[in-house]
Amino acid sequence: MNTEILGIIVMFTLSILLAIPFGKYITRVYSGEKTLLDPIFNPIERIFYTISGIKPQTEMDWKQQMTAMVTINMVWFLLGMLILMTQGNLPLNPDKNPSMSADLAFNTVISFVVNCNLQHYSGESGLSYLGQYWLMFLQFVSAGTGMAAAVTVFRAFRDKSTSNLGNFYNYLVKSCTRILLPVSFIVAIILSFEGTPMTFEGKDNMVNLQGDTIEVSRGPAAAFIPIKHVGTNGGGFFGVNSAHPFENPSYLSNMTEMIAQLLIPMAMIFAFGYFIRRRKLSWMIFGVMTIGFLLLTIPNILMETKGNPAITAMGIDNSLGAMEGKEIRLGAQASGFWSIVTTVISTGSVNSMHDSTMPLSGMNELLAMMINAFYGGVGVGLLNFFVFIILAVFISGLMVGRTPEFLGKKVEAREMKIAMIIALLHPFLILVGTALAAALPQYSEASLNNPGFHGFSEMLYEYTSSAANNGSGFEGLGDNTIWWNISTGIVLILSRFLPIIGPVAIAGLLAEKKFIPESDGTLKTDTATFGLMVFAVIAIVAALAFFPALALGPIAEYFSLY
Amino acid sequence: MKKNILPAIKLTVIMILFFTVIYPLAVWGIAQFSPNAGKGEVIEHKGKKYYTNIGQAFTVDKYFWSRPSAVGYNAAGSGGSNKGPSNKEYLAQVQTRIDTFLVHNPGIRKSEIPVDLVTASGSGLDPNFSVQAAKVQVKRIAMVRGIEEQKINQVIERNIERPLWRNFGPQKINVLKLNIALDNIGK
Repeated sequence: MNTEILGIIVMFTLSILLAIPFGKYITRVYSGEKTLLDPIFNPIERIFYTISGIKPQTEMDWKQQMTAMVTINMVWFLLGMLILMTQGNLPLNPDKNPSMSADLAFNTVISFVVNCNLQHYSGESGLSYLGQYWLMFLQFVSAGTGMAAAVTVFRAFRDKSTSNLGNFYNYLVKSCTRILLPVSFIVAIILSFEGTPMTFEGKDNMVNLQGDTIEVSRGPAAAFIPIKHVGTNGGGFFGVNSAHPFENPSYLSNMTEMIAQLLIPMAMIFAFGYFIRRRKLSWMIFGVMTIGFLLLTIPNILMETKGNPAITAMGIDNSLGAMEGKEIRLGAQASGFWSIVTTVISTGSVNSMHDSTMPLSGMNELLAMMINAFYGGVGVGLLNFFVFIILAVFISGLMVGRTPEFLGKKVEAREMKIAMIIALLHPFLILVGTALAAALPQYSEASLNNPGFHGFSEMLYEYTSSAANNGSGFEGLGDNTIWWNISTGIVLILSRFLPIIGPVAIAGLLAEKKFIPESDGTLKTDTATFGLMVFAVIAIVAALAFFPALALGPIAEYFSLY
Repeated sequence: MKKNILPAIKLTVIMILFFTVIYPLAVWGIAQFSPNAGKGEVIEHKGKKYYTNIGQAFTVDKYFWSRPSAVGYNAAGSGGSNKGPSNKEYLAQVQTRIDTFLVHNPGIRKSEIPVDLVTASGSGLDPNFSVQAAKVQVKRIAMVRGIEEQKINQVIERNIERPLWRNFGPQKINVLKLNIALDNIGK
């Protein structure tokens, strides 16, 4: 078998093999059981709580949890605006980069607070090292926020009937210190030995072998890059993200970053099963997600390997595949694989330029974000999937004529309304955003990098990436304009907090209900049949809502090229 | 919400200290033992230093050309062309690159030109090209430098970097290392 395909298989298998035990570890962390890292983190967390005056043992119901979450996110947002708009005059700015304009700072802070990392700037020229590290802080805590919300849902299904769902701050801090940090630290060490810089010295001047003078951007990147993957944030230190030879210097660093981003989204699925003591349910969820993931990723690898037919027609040796926007050390196959991993989970880091991928590869990247529930971002992926489960439970219940139930709780009108709103919000934001941009060419047309169908795809991609809190882009789009900064900023806020609050509210409402023991009449949710049902719901919601838009963009481009 | 504000601010401050000061310092400390102490790997050649991982523009005929770059290999920034696969202007540009290559490399058939030599990389700083990209330039370099092709082929052979642990990923050549090795054999 060829070495490039073998590389992909090893990355994927290793991620799964590591995710299962790591899921067990996550369960132990959140249930407060003993772990190996207690001696390090118990004292550190004690300092956190003493200074902040928070009592991590206080139980909260779902409304108190969400209030705490929104409040601390507001604090991060305001502080972030302050830092990014003054960074030019603050320390740690060896390259003398300027402060951000208000609209760019708004977009940047929002997109890092909501775990999206859209990045309408380029790291080398748009941020000081202080600004970079402020964003790194947001990468930790925004990932922690998503995980904390997911654990609230876990709790709702563990106890038979309760309104106490644990403490938000406790979950947030533990996610950051005991789960995100140790993994990031290991990845940071691997990256720095593979050649990623970790220096505060700023740009270097040099004369190259041919005699031209150039500058080389460096920076304290080795600490920053791990959390962008481990927390499925995706915001890169350098402009081109993990395509940059400092950010991703070798095939080994590429494998490391790949496993780092798959690890926690997968592990959270297994943690869910361990936590509520229903491991079969984990396997149902994991199975559906994996099938969906493979259906998107295999075609991409094949299409990128085959390369651009218009270039093949020119008569050159096209056997390396679609190399426009790709790096030789990574190759077309590993880049095609990455393009789907980063879009199904909400990382949005790239190791090749998605704008230059083949038309239907671009479509699969879009579909991955439109569905946004195959693995998904840390914590929030599971929340999105949970909404689809609720929908599937309801529809199956109607089909067999029984009261819809999930894990012993009746699903009634109120929960269904929330689930419907959340499921429809996502296509609503994407399609309305794109429609507005297309209808107002005075704001959008000048920013397009490609004409025709592909130009439409660039706009569709930008809103899809925002609504999925993904952060990757068809980067040709000149997106640092007031139109793009503000409109995607609004999409970002709505598409982050409602899809967190919605599922937590459903779980909170279900948790308060009476527990109905399983009987012969209960619809079993941990079976392959039910998995198929969930898959069908996902396919129908995504296909029906998005097909017309996809037909105007990537599908039309495909038929113009082949 | 009010009673959450103060704890939220205090928790934020202490967490900033931990995640943006203590954690990076720990990584920085360990990076001091990495190649070139975390300042980016370098190659020394004739008293000058070059970054191993940062590709350079090679456009003159006596060197192996590197891949096209959307940012001219200026590593102050980075960037790809972001051209879509069906963009007519882009396809014309690729065709021009093929024609230019053929002009500078007489005796080469079009079907021998590998695609990486006529397409821009993602970062614009790709330090590598494919083995075929080196082989297709041997004739020209031999002519310009006046050395036998066989000698150049040996240099190429010595500079091929195999897949990771021989089993994973593509094989490749570091263009800078190859050109330095080329300078070392003379002319």
